[in-house]
Amino acid sequence: MSAHMKLFEVFIRSRRGLDHKHVGSLHAEDPAQALEYARDVYTRRSEGVSIWVVNSSAIVSSQETDCESFYDPLDDKPYRHATHYQLPDEVNNM
Amino acid sequence: MTKIRPETDVSPQEAVFQTRIDAEEKIEPKDWMPDKYRKNLIRQISQHAHSEVIGMQPEGNWITRAPTLHRKCVLLAKVQDEGGHGLYLYSAAETLGASREEMVEALHAGRAKYASIFNYPSLTWADMGAIGWLVDGAAIVNQVSLQRTSYGPYARGMVRICKEESFHQRQGYHIMMTLAQGSAEQKAMAQDSLNRFWWPSLMMFGPHDSESAHSAQSMKWKIKRQSNDELRQKFVDQTVKQAEVIGLTIPDADLSWNEERGHYDFGEIDWEEFHRVINGDGLCNRQRLAHHVKAHEEGAWVRDAITAYEAKKRQRDAQAAA
Ligand SMILES: [Fe+2]
Ligand SMILES: [Fe+2]
Repeated sequence: MSAHMKLFEVFIRSRRGLDHKHVGSLHAEDPAQALEYARDVYTRRSEGVSIWVVNSSAIVSSQETDCESFYDPLDDKPYRHATHYQLPDEVNNM
Repeated sequence: MTKIRPETDVSPQEAVFQTRIDAEEKIEPKDWMPDKYRKNLIRQISQHAHSEVIGMQPEGNWITRAPTLHRKCVLLAKVQDEGGHGLYLYSAAETLGASREEMVEALHAGRAKYASIFNYPSLTWADMGAIGWLVDGAAIVNQVSLQRTSYGPYARGMVRICKEESFHQRQGYHIMMTLAQGSAEQKAMAQDSLNRFWWPSLMMFGPHDSESAHSAQSMKWKIKRQSNDELRQKFVDQTVKQAEVIGLTIPDADLSWNEERGHYDFGEIDWEEFHRVINGDGLCNRQRLAHHVKAHEEGAWVRDAITAYEAKKRQRDAQAAA
C-alpha cells in the first residue's frame, strides 16, 4: 500500500428507498478509482444499488467522550417521548 | 383538474421511470425524472417545509405563558422539533436542485404557500391542546401516508418526522384532557378551542378530490398515495372517539356514524373560508409572513458573521501554510 494514497469511506444503498449506510473504507488515488474499488470490494454479492465514496479527511466527527457536554442524550427530558403521556386506554393508540 | 398525459407521448426514459414507480420502487436524487415530477415535488416539499416553520409561530406565542414549567418544557421541545422538521424537508427539496434561498424567497414573495391552519390565531392556552391534538393529528395522517411517497429522500424524511410526531399529538390531547377534567371554565375553554380548530383542521387535507388541482398526476407518480378525501375521512373517523372520551363535542350537527359505509358522515366544509385563507385573507396571514421576513432579516448578521469568520479562518490557514 503506497503511503500517499488517500483514504475513502464507503457508503452503500442496499435497496432503493433506503439510506446509504457506512460499510467500510479503502485507499485510492482519486474518487473515481475509489468508486471502482468500492464496487470490487464491497458489492460482490449484490450488497447494493448505489455507492457513495467520501474522502475520509472530509468527515468531521464528534467523539464519544464528548457525549455528555456535546450532545447529552436528554435522558432528563422524558417528555420528548410519546410514552410519557398517559392517556385513557380507548385512545392510547394515538 | 390536470389531465394525465396520454401514454403515447411518453419518452423511453419516462417509461422506465413510470415502470419503476408502478413497481413501488423509490426514485432517488440522481435518477432521471420528468421535469414536472421534479417541479411538482419541489413545490410540495418546500410548502411542507414552510408549514413546519410557520407552524412554530402560533405555538411559540404561548411558550412564555405556559401554565407550568413542565408544560413550558414540553411546548418548547415540540416547537424545536417542528424547526427540525422544516430542516429535514428543505434538505429533501435541495436534493432536487432547489436552493434554500429560492425557497425562502418564494415564501416571502407569496408564491409558495403553507398550511392555511397556521393563519388562525392561538388565543388561549387550550389552543396548544387543540393544535397538538388536531393539527398535528391531521398532519400525522397525511405524513404516515407520505412515508410511501415515491421520492426516496421525501419518504425517508417522513419516516423520521413520523417518529417524532406521536409525542406532539399526545401532549396536545393531554392538555385537552386535563382542561376537560378541570373546572367548568377550563372545560369551556377546551370546547371553545375545539370549536375554532375543528373545521380548519379538516381543511388541512385540501379541496375535495374532484376539485384538487394537482391530484391526478400526483397519484399516478405516487407523490401522493391517498386522496384528500380519503385522508380527511380517516382523520374524522379516528378523532370522533377521542373527543367523546374526554367529553368534548365536535362542532358538527351533521356528524353521524354511517353503518353502511363503516365511516362517519360529516358536514360540508366552508370552502369559501378555505379559499379566502389560502389566498392570503385569513386572520393572521400578514402577521405570519411579516414575522418570518423579520426573523430572516434580523438573522442576517449571524449569517454574515459566519461567512466572515470562515473567510478569516481560510486566510489564516493559507498564511500558516505559506
Ligand atoms: Fe412537524
Ligand atoms: Fe408536529
